[in-house]
Amino acid sequence: MPRYLMSVFGPAERTDFGNYPTKEDMLQAFEDTGAFNDKLQREGYFVFADGLAPADTATVVDGQGDQPVFTDGPYLEAKEHLGGFWVIEAPDLDVALQLAAEGSKACRGRVEVRPFQNADDLQQLIDS
Amino acid sequence: MSSRAVGEAIAAAHRDEWARIVAALARRFDLDTAEDAAAEAFAVAVERWPADGIPPNPGGWLTTTATRKAIDRVRREARREQKYQEAQVLYADDAPSPTGVIDDDRLRLIFTCCHPALAPEARIALTLRMVGGLTVPEIAHAFLVQESAMGRRITRAKAKIKANHVPYRVPSAADLPARLEGVLAVLFLVFNEGYLATGGKSDPIRADLTQQAIRLSRLLHTLLPDDGEVVGLLALMLLTDARRPARISATGELITLGEQDRSLWDRELIEEGHRLVRGRLAAVAAGGPPPGRFQLLAAINAVHTYPQRAGDTDWFQIVTLYDRLTSIDPSPVVALNRAVAVAELDGPEVALALLDGLPLDGYHAFHASRAEMLRRAGRVAEAREAYTRAIALTGNTAEAAYLTRRRDEL
Repeated sequence: MPRYLMSVFGPAERTDFGNYPTKEDMLQAFEDTGAFNDKLQREGYFVFADGLAPADTATVVDGQGDQPVFTDGPYLEAKEHLGGFWVIEAPDLDVALQLAAEGSKACRGRVEVRPFQNADDLQQLIDS
Repeated sequence: MSSRAVGEAIAAAHRDEWARIVAALARRFDLDTAEDAAAEAFAVAVERWPADGIPPNPGGWLTTTATRKAIDRVRREARREQKYQEAQVLYADDAPSPTGVIDDDRLRLIFTCCHPALAPEARIALTLRMVGGLTVPEIAHAFLVQESAMGRRITRAKAKIKANHVPYRVPSAADLPARLEGVLAVLFLVFNEGYLATGGKSDPIRADLTQQAIRLSRLLHTLLPDDGEVVGLLALMLLTDARRPARISATGELITLGEQDRSLWDRELIEEGHRLVRGRLAAVAAGGPPPGRFQLLAAINAVHTYPQRAGDTDWFQIVTLYDRLTSIDPSPVVALNRAVAVAELDGPEVALALLDGLPLDGYHAFHASRAEMLRRAGRVAEAREAYTRAIALTGNTAEAAYLTRRRDEL
């Protein structure tokens, strides 16, 4: 079954309550997202999901040279960063988009849906 | 066998059978394979039919040939880890699954090509290629895009469909209205690009595109005969296209509806359009769902095409229809068109007041309509300015010629 990454991006700077206007909003979003995750598990779509700590907690490692280089901060200077994600299995894109719509409502954010590479794509890259 | 008869038979098969062949193959193979195999089958026909004769069932012959080509291709590309998948494709039960009225392969193909996950321009290109059978150079020419860029756009769209597992199916009843709306929008865009072609080097009217849009709408109407908006769109296109012969002057100028020689209009298309509109009126009167945007636009065009003389146009009915359209589509473009009708009923000053503040400053038709109203109101300097703005914004050569003359007459 095809796998999709459903990712949620949010502003680089977070407010006191994550990206939510008030604490109540934040708690409600957590509850709704939890309920959505339960549904994904119950209906067999769930592979993995989690939220990420703020982007400024990231460290970039470049191990391509003789000595690894560590840089404070995220890989890209960007207005928005990945805030959390789901990995789901769904029979086709229409199902994935429907689930993404529910996830978006639950977490109060826009959701990017992107298929994982499959064996075919890899083989094509190797053959090219 | 005369080469002329063979050429005609191949052209007819291409026109009538292309979508069916691609759609049948898309059930078993990916879109890329389906398209290439269909194209190869036609190439084989060009080679073989002159010697062997036209087969009794050209569509069946082409489908069989295309299927063999597709299987060859899968075999060629088959790799060890795909043997299982290959076996499935090659030995799948060949008997077509039962298809009801609505469950036509071509309908699935249309919905797949117009999937909301694709960018609008990709939907248009893909629909023209996969369902309409236009070549990539033809589509590139139609939309004034480099051939290579159009090729990439189509390839990317097909790759996205494949990577994302976009389903090849007619959407569920719950999703159908929203998805169908997107399909109708694609067809209408193709039609409009044909009817008022953009681009300084393009012909002002692209009959190939209007005809293609009508052909695809007819196909959709055959597949979804009970959908009011499909009927509406088809009727709208027929009633609009019927006026095409009267629309451009010998000197390449646009002729407005009021000034057209109505004897040049295609009566057959108008009759057919009126018949479709009457059918919808009866269906609504019998308690069917209220008319949507395309049905109302078709009704407006039916009123326009009814009288023998432009002076007999029932503007009151047209404004009434625009009022209904406004209630379901309160967009500024609808407000503009309604104001044009109001100008005929209540005079240019009333209509000009309606145009005030519409956010259409970048739209040529807004300035062209304002210019005509200002002219009628005797506000010459403002009219001249509005014509100049409209000329700068239109991409259509015939419209530019018409507006320039009107301005210079002031």
